[in-house]
Amino acid sequence: MKRTIFGNQLLPWLLLAPQLAITAVFFLWPAGQAVWQSFLRQDAFGLKTSFVGLTNYAALLGDAKYLNAVQVTVVFSIAVAALSMGVALMLALAVDRGLRGARAYTTLLVWPYAVAPAVAGVMWWFLFNPTIGILPYALRAVGYDWNHGLQPRDAMTLVVIAASWKQISYNFLFFVAGLQAIPGSLREAAAIDGAGPARRFATITFPLLSPTTFFLLVVNVVYTMFDTFAVIHATTQGGPMQSTTILVYKVFDDGFLGLNLGASGAQSVVLMGIVIVLTVVQFRFIERRVEY
Amino acid sequence: MVENRPLLTFLAHGALILGVIVVAFPVYLALIASTHPVSAFSSGVIPLLPGREMAANYATMLGQGISTAGAPPLWGLLGNSLVMALAIALGKIAISITSAFAIVYFRFPLRNLAFWAIFITLMLPVEVRIVPTFKVVADLGMLNSYAGLTIPLIASATATFLFRQVFLTIPDELLEAARIDGAGPLRFFRDILLPLSRTNIAALFVILFIYGWNQYLWPLLITTDERFYTIVAAIKRMAETADAEPYWNLIMASAVLAMLPPVLVVIAMQRLFVKGLIETEK
Repeated sequence: MKRTIFGNQLLPWLLLAPQLAITAVFFLWPAGQAVWQSFLRQDAFGLKTSFVGLTNYAALLGDAKYLNAVQVTVVFSIAVAALSMGVALMLALAVDRGLRGARAYTTLLVWPYAVAPAVAGVMWWFLFNPTIGILPYALRAVGYDWNHGLQPRDAMTLVVIAASWKQISYNFLFFVAGLQAIPGSLREAAAIDGAGPARRFATITFPLLSPTTFFLLVVNVVYTMFDTFAVIHATTQGGPMQSTTILVYKVFDDGFLGLNLGASGAQSVVLMGIVIVLTVVQFRFIERRVEY
Repeated sequence: MVENRPLLTFLAHGALILGVIVVAFPVYLALIASTHPVSAFSSGVIPLLPGREMAANYATMLGQGISTAGAPPLWGLLGNSLVMALAIALGKIAISITSAFAIVYFRFPLRNLAFWAIFITLMLPVEVRIVPTFKVVADLGMLNSYAGLTIPLIASATATFLFRQVFLTIPDELLEAARIDGAGPLRFFRDILLPLSRTNIAALFVILFIYGWNQYLWPLLITTDERFYTIVAAIKRMAETADAEPYWNLIMASAVLAMLPPVLVVIAMQRLFVKGLIETEK
């Protein structure tokens, strides 16, 4: 809070006007529309619209495809968060040893942040191409017949790898920052007491890194739930057999391709609920992080 | 380093080199693929060493595109992406910095409500409200226009919070001194706040430029006229036809062109990039 301020009453509104106008027209109004539509049902020809209360929500709970999308999202989020955070933590620990060339390594590891998720998806799609891709070629040598067009497990593996690849750089930077914030004296004291590197990691580094880890977990879940839409749309398009249809993809699929506005609206509202919970968790966590 | 353990140092170098290779691997292959003639992709496995067609492939994509795959010449697409990235980055910074100025330096009725209205945008990513947002833009006649590509994306709670934090750390004495010298609010904003937040603006610009350049779903939906295609959204249109006609060399050339500008920005401005990334998450 500022003690000294300006007294004008009109000027602050003029300064806020562009932001508020865009927020109202492109955020609040459409969000309100999604909520409103979630209570409506249109007939097959779009001629008659009737108010149906919570029917669309009830239908979601009974829809096997929706429940499948929930399950796919959970698997996908956990896999991407675990893979990208695990790899990033290992790399960050390696850099934190104060090696020669640490800065060069960092530069060589952070640039994938700038690659668009869609472009990352297309590149991995190429690498995994069943006929000419290099990775299926290598897999055939060990007797595995890769085909992400038919095999749900292969398709999921493909999108998990593409999405994680892009996220490693982000997690790496935050882990490095987290590691640098841990006082060296703690680890030195433990070393003098005879604790080896593994033990120091388990009893000092990892616990002190937990705020960073938790923060990254939330960010990664948000990333996999929303930003990876492009990875999936540019590669598997949710298939085969809905095996990579995450919730965000299903909103798009039902709304634009299926033109089922009621169902799409109800799904949007559920997703907004999830984002609100995640945002609140993130903000409460950041308030607590100040203590560290 | 706490103690000297040559084996661990060796392992750390090994892990980092492996990490760098894994991270670079797909891009390396994309780059290699973009240097071969199309015949290299009709059978067998994708090439691992550079070919001789690099100049020809890039010239084809930049100058002609692939008409059968719905890809216009890429110069136009790169231009559109640049316009979109710059407009989004500068637009977000402009409207957020004035919003933060209003919220920090004025007391007016409904100030908290305004703050919360901005805050709420954090909880409404475009993917979630995509259908009704598309309808609003269509009703406003903004499909296939630069305005439609950029304006709906430039509201930013994160940037507003960032500038709010920056302004809160600026000592009150500066404002008092400015007022004694007779400066009004706009002059104070221009001569004191803007120069003081210069590095924050630069750091934020790097992050927002990447954000704008990498937009995918939004341009894909609202552009049907190829004059407004962006490069990231167009890649997918090309890749769709790749199973029928394997123009992998040209598609990968486009992928390389699509990632080059933001990657160069990150490498050239690494310090600002890291600062921006860490600040926007606070």
